[in-house]
Amino acid sequence: MSPLSTLTPLTLKKPSPASSRLRGGARYAPTLATVGLFLAMFAVGAGMYPSFLSGQVFLNLFIDNTFLIVLAVGMTFVILTGGIDLSVGAVVALSMMVSATLLQQGWNAGAVIVLVLLIGGGLGLLMGLIIQYFDIQPFIVTLAGMFLARGLCYVISLDSIPVTEGFFTGMAQAQIPLPGDLFVSPGVLLALGIVAIAFFVLHHTRFGRTVYAIGGNEHSAMLMGLPVKSTKILVYALSGLCSAVAGILFSFYSLSGYSLAAQGMELDAIAAVVIGGTLLTGGTGYVLGSVVGVLVLGIVQTFIAYDGTLSSWWTKIVIGGLLLVFILLQRLFARKAG
Amino acid sequence: MKSLLKHRLAWPVIALAALLLLNQVFRPDFLGLRMQDGHLYGSLIDIMRNGAPTILIALGMTLVIATRGIDLSVGAVVAIAGAASCAYIAASPDPGSPVTAATAVLIAVVAGLVLGVWNGFLVSTIGVQPIIATLVLMTAGRGVAQLITGGQIISVSNDHYKSIGAGYLFTLPISILITAAVFALAAVLTRRTALGTLIEAVGINPVASRLAGLRARNIIWIVYVFSAICAAIAGLMISSNVTAADANNAGLYIEMDAILAVVIGGTSLAGGRYTLVGTVVGAFIIQTLTTTVYTLGIPPEVTLVFKALVVITVCLLQAPKARNLLNRLKAAPKPAAKEAAKEKVAI
Repeated sequence: MSPLSTLTPLTLKKPSPASSRLRGGARYAPTLATVGLFLAMFAVGAGMYPSFLSGQVFLNLFIDNTFLIVLAVGMTFVILTGGIDLSVGAVVALSMMVSATLLQQGWNAGAVIVLVLLIGGGLGLLMGLIIQYFDIQPFIVTLAGMFLARGLCYVISLDSIPVTEGFFTGMAQAQIPLPGDLFVSPGVLLALGIVAIAFFVLHHTRFGRTVYAIGGNEHSAMLMGLPVKSTKILVYALSGLCSAVAGILFSFYSLSGYSLAAQGMELDAIAAVVIGGTLLTGGTGYVLGSVVGVLVLGIVQTFIAYDGTLSSWWTKIVIGGLLLVFILLQRLFARKAG
Repeated sequence: MKSLLKHRLAWPVIALAALLLLNQVFRPDFLGLRMQDGHLYGSLIDIMRNGAPTILIALGMTLVIATRGIDLSVGAVVAIAGAASCAYIAASPDPGSPVTAATAVLIAVVAGLVLGVWNGFLVSTIGVQPIIATLVLMTAGRGVAQLITGGQIISVSNDHYKSIGAGYLFTLPISILITAAVFALAAVLTRRTALGTLIEAVGINPVASRLAGLRARNIIWIVYVFSAICAAIAGLMISSNVTAADANNAGLYIEMDAILAVVIGGTSLAGGRYTLVGTVVGAFIIQTLTTTVYTLGIPPEVTLVFKALVVITVCLLQAPKARNLLNRLKAAPKPAAKEAAKEKVAI
């Protein structure tokens, strides 16, 4: 990798294929491979189970994974800068606990949502500040953040708290009809809106280009006078905010708060991002790829649900295996390109 | 006195002593030991016994961190080892015999060996970052453990197996003796042979050590295998202490305790420098902290918050930037402190 190759994406609005760390056609290869994998899995599912091949099964992938899509968006930003955020699952659980408790005490739903967003964003901001100003590795800071958030869940309550508030149950039951007897939940629209915003920010703003530049080479990004510090901090704040939104979406979905909820969800989010073609070393990747990554994970879950004989623990094992395969592919691509 | 305070272990030992004294204030018989039925009893023994799995895992973690790595999978290895050995005992035709217990132990240790080889392979041969490589096993491993136990909590009744975690030998709990033996082995291997220096060399600069003719790859492999085997033995202790394997909760959050013990003990997360004794002191501090929380009547789950705050504080104190800031504040009136700062940079 020549120094020039990391600089070009910043000077060009549309990076030429040769400008990335993955040269030539390899640039889109990981994401295209994921799309291919998804289509193949859908085809195999349709072959095995006749009812698999329906528009609603496809839409259910979105409905059942709204929270994961939002998490993956935040995680994409973090991983693009070459960092990692292990706290997302615990922040999701904390958001659920806080909203369930406050709603139970009769708080207004709007106020609860604002407070939860502030807590999630604030926690992310705090972690970003520590990572940036004290130069501590992101994983240890976010690991501590994970345990802090999980511990706070236990402080709030050890038991599961049901959500009976009108707005939340309304959101849980609401269906937005689509042509052909299909429907989606309002959460799906929100998640897709967030994806669209993230897409715009990453590819069409100065902030987005700085994110890519930091992942490509933090030092040269700094030498070029880019706002490296503030961007790195903001990326973690963004991830915390996304976790809070995901927590609210998960509350709509499950209508309860539980301390042990969303355990291991950070792996799902990281896996979705990596399977979607984002390099763990940063600098290369697409937020739309992460969405496809979520769909792949979703279809794994659908498969296991359709099969009926497999236990749900297989989901975790298969996701771990998929993550591994894609990491190995990344190493292969990186070696060929490098 | 001043040079004594500068010793690397000074602050951890002072913190431990302070914590023990705090407990003594709340419970006057806290530091007392007594003999009963030929066994040594007392809160200190309890702390050591309950802390044995954490100490074991922290020892493995120390060497991994010394190579600039991290092992997040230890909790999952604990669960898998416990699940495998208990599943074997429960399914064997003679569940009470010593042979069954010995085979179960062997199965657990071999499981640890295999998982350690797996982690080491990903990190050293494939070149995956340690966090990600071990994160895969951290989450997928619990699924594997669930698969072994079939989602149930497997109870076993085998007195020989039970003695690993709950038995006594020479008036002391066997788990303490096992931990002491592993500590002695690790200390001898890393301090009496070149292995320790090689590990530090790899942690300081993996590329340079490889160019200097070190087999960095093998060293990395060894530390991950050691870490996983330690975790497997800890898994045996935990499952035998309660004579059951719980795939969900066995070893939950223990990676945090282990990392915390290593960091409190004075090993830098940046790799290259480590202290096994410090890690043991660090693990004692954590276990005493947990005991203190019980003594004060705070719900045990809340300790997670304390631990998270402690790990961040200790990391901040270790961070060069925070130290420079502190030194600058101190150095303004006294030039002596500046020299101390230089000394730290030189290290």
